[in-house]
Amino acid sequence: MIPALETIGLKKSFGALPVANDINFRLAPGARHALIGPNGAGKTTFINLITGRLEPSAGEIKLGGAEITRLSQSGRVKRGLGRTFQINTLFKGLSVLENVTMAVSERHGAGGDMFRFAGSRRDLVEEAYDLLERLRLGNDALLPVKELPYGKQRLVEIAIALGLRPSVLLLDEPAAGVPSAETEIILNVIENLPGDIAVLIIEHDMDLVFRFAKKITVLVQGAVLVEGTPAEIAADARVREVYLGEHSHG
Amino acid sequence: MDVFFSASISILFHGLAFAMVLYIISVGLSVTMGLMGFANLAHGVFAMAGGYLTTTAMNTYGVPFGFALVFAAVAVALLSVVLERFLYARLYGAGELEQVLFTIGLIFMAVAVVRYIWGPLPQRMLLPAALSGQIDFGFRSFPTYRTFLIAISLVLIVVLWLGIERTNFGAQVRAAVDNRRMAESLGINTGRLFTLTFALGSGLAALGGGLGADILAIHPAYAFEYLVYFLMVVAVGGLGSIRGPFVAAVLLGVSDTAFKYLVPEVGAFVIYIAVIGLLLWRPAGLFGRA
Amino acid sequence: MIFKRPSSSDSAPSDSAVEQMVRSHRLRPLELLPWIVVVGAYFVFPEYLPLGSQILIMILFAISLDLILGYAGIITLGHSALFGVGAYAAGIYALHVTGEPLSGLVVAAVAAGIVGFVSGLVILRTHGLTLLMLTLAITFLIAELANKAGFITGGADGLQGIAMQEIFGQFRFDMFGRTAYVYSAVVLFLVWLFARLLVHSPFGRSLTGIRENVTRMHAIGTPVRKRLVTVYTISAMLAGLAGGLLTHTTQFVGLSVLSFERSGEIVIMLILGGIGRLYGAFVGAAVYMIAQDELAKADPVFWYFWIGLLLVLIVMFARGGILGLVDQALRLVRRKP
Repeated sequence: MIPALETIGLKKSFGALPVANDINFRLAPGARHALIGPNGAGKTTFINLITGRLEPSAGEIKLGGAEITRLSQSGRVKRGLGRTFQINTLFKGLSVLENVTMAVSERHGAGGDMFRFAGSRRDLVEEAYDLLERLRLGNDALLPVKELPYGKQRLVEIAIALGLRPSVLLLDEPAAGVPSAETEIILNVIENLPGDIAVLIIEHDMDLVFRFAKKITVLVQGAVLVEGTPAEIAADARVREVYLGEHSHG
Repeated sequence: MDVFFSASISILFHGLAFAMVLYIISVGLSVTMGLMGFANLAHGVFAMAGGYLTTTAMNTYGVPFGFALVFAAVAVALLSVVLERFLYARLYGAGELEQVLFTIGLIFMAVAVVRYIWGPLPQRMLLPAALSGQIDFGFRSFPTYRTFLIAISLVLIVVLWLGIERTNFGAQVRAAVDNRRMAESLGINTGRLFTLTFALGSGLAALGGGLGADILAIHPAYAFEYLVYFLMVVAVGGLGSIRGPFVAAVLLGVSDTAFKYLVPEVGAFVIYIAVIGLLLWRPAGLFGRA
Repeated sequence: MIFKRPSSSDSAPSDSAVEQMVRSHRLRPLELLPWIVVVGAYFVFPEYLPLGSQILIMILFAISLDLILGYAGIITLGHSALFGVGAYAAGIYALHVTGEPLSGLVVAAVAAGIVGFVSGLVILRTHGLTLLMLTLAITFLIAELANKAGFITGGADGLQGIAMQEIFGQFRFDMFGRTAYVYSAVVLFLVWLFARLLVHSPFGRSLTGIRENVTRMHAIGTPVRKRLVTVYTISAMLAGLAGGLLTHTTQFVGLSVLSFERSGEIVIMLILGGIGRLYGAFVGAAVYMIAQDELAKADPVFWYFWIGLLLVLIVMFARGGILGLVDQALRLVRRKP
């Protein structure tokens, strides 16, 4: 079976400092996969390499079997790679509906249309609204994003990514910064993501990881330490060492 | 002596003098940009004020050159502290557009004030006798003042770099440019650091304005007219860098002088085209972080 | 709890969200107000028509700037370069090819568009202070070029002896400035229609997106640089059109069309009116030009001081400009009862 996403010997260094060291990684179609690792393990670098914000020093990236290593960020999105950000990256002054419509328009290739009013594409607005309804954000559709509580802003992050109808979805710490009372809602949404999307979640919160993931990859110092099922990872001595070491230092 | 060789020496000498002035004025802008992320287009106003204060102290009140320079630098540094505390500081978190507009507003006001007080004509620089005339270096002679300008500037630059390298204050500045949050969590009072750095940068600019008054003529449109030179030095050097602008200033100063001397017809364009080309190759400048 | 349904009072009924967004581009009656003023001024102030056409031209120039500065968030201090290229192109065309105005406008827009496209490719690779510096450098470069290429631009003397033909072979440019006013007004009206369509189009929305959060735009697959270069080119063409109009209505082009002061002034007009709202250009240019006409001639030194102070005050207290203040006032009035 062709993996939804694959990296082969992916390397990146800043000067002499390697931050991604020969990463071989496969994400199966429809996967529920988590990427974990202590702070500074290179998780965000890895995501930035996959999405094209950073250019790798060596190695290959394949999306659905096709090589995308040199493709622009927007080119990768067009081929089905969606992401959310660890820190909210939204159009704060625009309404929730406008935020999601922006993504939907781009997916339909309508984002560059100059000679028609945006409102004349009712189909796009409706699609965006349906998506909001499904995430139970319908009542907030007209509110500017900056007026939403942080937890709901995190949902808008996900809504925008879903508006792209990705085949691969990268969730970068989706519950980061959300008050614990509100995390449950985000977890719910993540658990109910469409099954045909391959989801890679980067997360610190082990409860979330073990509840969600069918497979876990542990990244340490820019390299894959171990990969396996949650049970295997939980039992792995090296992982415990890395993690307990990390946690004991606060 | 070979004509070509003689011309090259001449270009190098005058180019270097120009470069020193550019660097001393612009280095503060680079640090402000790196430290506070503040697009201070009004930086040239401080240089202009330094120039006016220096020439007026000398020409009208007969203050000796050295004292006039120090007086101008200190006065401008103090003025900049007031501006920084009461106006600039309000815009640290604001968008780039607000900062740009605000500082353009300051330029407009400064231009009007200066024109009102000193009139539209350029200020003359009456050099002390010891610094006028030519100085003989054996193989050829150079204008005394420009020789002095290069020498004193180099001393200043060495002191500045050593200060940034060796003192506690310098270490704090470097840490804050590198990573402001980290510096704050280490207990560095960044607010105070900004004020001090801003004052230092403005004082240096004033010194540069005074020292360079016979290269960059002191007149009301100063802050507009030379703005692009200051910005080029900073952009080519790399925002936030302290040594980068020095290399940029030398490159710009010498090549600008060379082209204006060798091909006066098109001399003024070459520098712009060179800068545009250089930034196409390295958008973050020579020493900037991408 | 974020999943609690908000009560119906604090949010609109859900199905109308789509309705509201689909209708957001419909013409509101207030949008016709500027045109009532433009038409009314023709009859009420016949002796001020030359100033009137200058204002209309500056409005057009300010709209072109609003597209890149207000909508796309590109901070430029070099917009006069594009205005100036249009003005010179129209002047050179009128002197050496034909004094027919409409083809002259096309030439002005195309010339400025080409310069805008090429310089856009260069400057839009950078951002922040570096981008700003490049806009200045390009303006100085073009001004220096116009200054040195005296054989075609007239150098410091400017282009003199431009004689315009009748528009459509019918309407002669008269000494009272009537034709010039109507001509400028019609061109501005057409540009307004186009700009209004543009800012309400998906393309225009994506510019706002780029201004608001460029990282996110990359992440939703927007070809950001292509959009920016496109809008920069369009804006350049409109600025060139404004420059061409200036040439046609004044029958003279001087180096001042390329000056830094002109770039600064047009930014100030736009800020004064309010950026990113299309109508700020109308209000700002009109207020600025009229105030300048009344005050600047008496004391140009003071004028710059007050302009500078005004800019500082706007930044500190009224970032939305005049229209922003009007919005705030209206909101206060509506909240009272």
